[in-house]
Amino acid sequence: MAAIIISDPTRTTRPRKATAESLWSRWLIISIAVGFMGLMFVLPLVIIFQEAFRKGWEGFVQAFDDRATTHAIWLTLKVAAITVPLNTLFGLAAAWCISRFQFRGRRFLSSLIELPLWVSPVIAGMVYVLLFGAQGLFGPALKEHGIKIIFALPGIVLSTIFVTFTFVARVLAPQMEAQGQAEEEAAMTLGANGWQMFWRVTLPKIKWGLLYGIILCNARSMGEFGAVSVVSGHIRNKTNTVPLHIEVLYNEYQFVPAFAVASVLALLALVTLILKTLTTTQRGAA
Amino acid sequence: MKTSLTLLSAVLFSLTAHAADFELLNVSYDPTRELYSEFNKAFAKHYKEATGKKVSIDQSHGGSGKQARAVIDGLEADVVTLALAGDIDVIGKQADLIAPDWQKRLPNNSAPYTSTIVFVVRTDNPKNIQDWDDLVKPGVNVITPNPKTSGGARWNYLAAWAYALKKSGSEAKAKEFIAALYKNVPVLDTGARGSTTTFAQRGIGDVFLSWENEAWLIQREFPGKTKIVIPSLSILAEPTVAVVDKNVEKKGTAEVAKAYLEYLYSPEAQDIIGQNYYRPRDAAAAAKYSARFPKLNLVTIDGDFGGWAKAQKKHFDEGGIFDQIYQGK
Repeated sequence: MAAIIISDPTRTTRPRKATAESLWSRWLIISIAVGFMGLMFVLPLVIIFQEAFRKGWEGFVQAFDDRATTHAIWLTLKVAAITVPLNTLFGLAAAWCISRFQFRGRRFLSSLIELPLWVSPVIAGMVYVLLFGAQGLFGPALKEHGIKIIFALPGIVLSTIFVTFTFVARVLAPQMEAQGQAEEEAAMTLGANGWQMFWRVTLPKIKWGLLYGIILCNARSMGEFGAVSVVSGHIRNKTNTVPLHIEVLYNEYQFVPAFAVASVLALLALVTLILKTLTTTQRGAA
Repeated sequence: MKTSLTLLSAVLFSLTAHAADFELLNVSYDPTRELYSEFNKAFAKHYKEATGKKVSIDQSHGGSGKQARAVIDGLEADVVTLALAGDIDVIGKQADLIAPDWQKRLPNNSAPYTSTIVFVVRTDNPKNIQDWDDLVKPGVNVITPNPKTSGGARWNYLAAWAYALKKSGSEAKAKEFIAALYKNVPVLDTGARGSTTTFAQRGIGDVFLSWENEAWLIQREFPGKTKIVIPSLSILAEPTVAVVDKNVEKKGTAEVAKAYLEYLYSPEAQDIIGQNYYRPRDAAAAAKYSARFPKLNLVTIDGDFGGWAKAQKKHFDEGGIFDQIYQGK
């Protein structure tokens, strides 16, 4: 056999793998992928920053010297500050439930968790209008007690929770399932109580996955447009979050401020990307 | 570092800045953003001088029909300033928030200014669009918002209908004309401002059926890129205003809301209205800005369509003529 290979003149010192494509097609595939990414993701990002700095650093800073803009930023931070901890808690509980217990409807529950990924955000908003709007199911009762949900902060938070619910649970459930519960069982046999087990055994095991889920959840909750748009009422200085405010600025021909505020969201995406990469490597190492 | 401190203090300041005696929410249609931000300042100043009370006014803008829907769903507007009377009627009918006689409570049928529908074309007007007939020619792209959600779009539609009906004399022919026109519409935005950015900023379409005020605004924001074409026939648009009775009762803002709308008829406000390219009711303001507002051959909603209730039912409600032609597309 060896003799045949050596005598084969087409075989060089580097034998070609049977699974490898030709150089030509490899380059074609790579350039399509890179070109697509460049066109669809990198170019728009560059344009956002270019437009934001069209009138220089001064113009960029000036964009934030506006009550409606600072209010929108503040509201978005507030929404994220409520949404992210709640969804972290819900996500942990859901992942725990799915990975640690066997029960009827477990599969259904785990697909239900993914619901926000397939449902259009507009529908997420509509559902809450149908439930809590003045003409909705609970509308009259809420009105009687003077509770405002739709077109106010609670409605915005509810719809944001809906669209960002998936992230923590979806990252954690498969991880927890894969890790199994042998170590938890060991902790329990050694006399740990539930809390001790969670803080000392489970949490250290899942911390990078948890962080990853939280980062994604946060990014989406700050960037959500569709669902929030339906329940917001678009009142300036009251219920406009950053993404909605960007649309308002754009529609009022204030292009530099619109892109300046948009660049903050883009920056958030970049930071998320970096953190995500870091946590993924940590997860790989752990 | 200094800028981030400024930012922080600005954010903190915005939290404490709410210290008015009254807060009003004006829920309005899409193109009035500039008009009302200017008018609100003038009213706040006037009200402070007249009563010593501080009032701050919040604004919400969107397609007129969509905004009416939001008020019905519980958006707590003190006043609604919408594109047409029909949308205010709907709030009264569906949610019982406004008394049925609202249109009689203020002068001029509660329409403090008027406007009309004109064409906006690219400066060189390559498709040579001069009148309604040019809009139905094959290959002409027409930009107009969705009549289901936008008030301006309903005025556009009715102006086109009136033209076709006058010309052909038959409703069947008018329907064909409207069908051909909407066949030439590539994008239906929900509000007038969305259509403006589609046409002016994104550069889509050959002609934009626009509020006269919005057409002038495009001239100002994108100088030299577009020009206005006045069609041989258009429609007298009467955007109307009303206090939302049930909401002001609850919030205790009935008086200031009423004063707010009445101030729209004052000479100062009428001047702001003219400045922002809406046609003032006040004779002095109308004369001052007469150069921008050419005399037009106008049909009216009450005279030619039998009022909004009738026009809405026949053309725009579920199963109406718009649905028939648009679904047949």
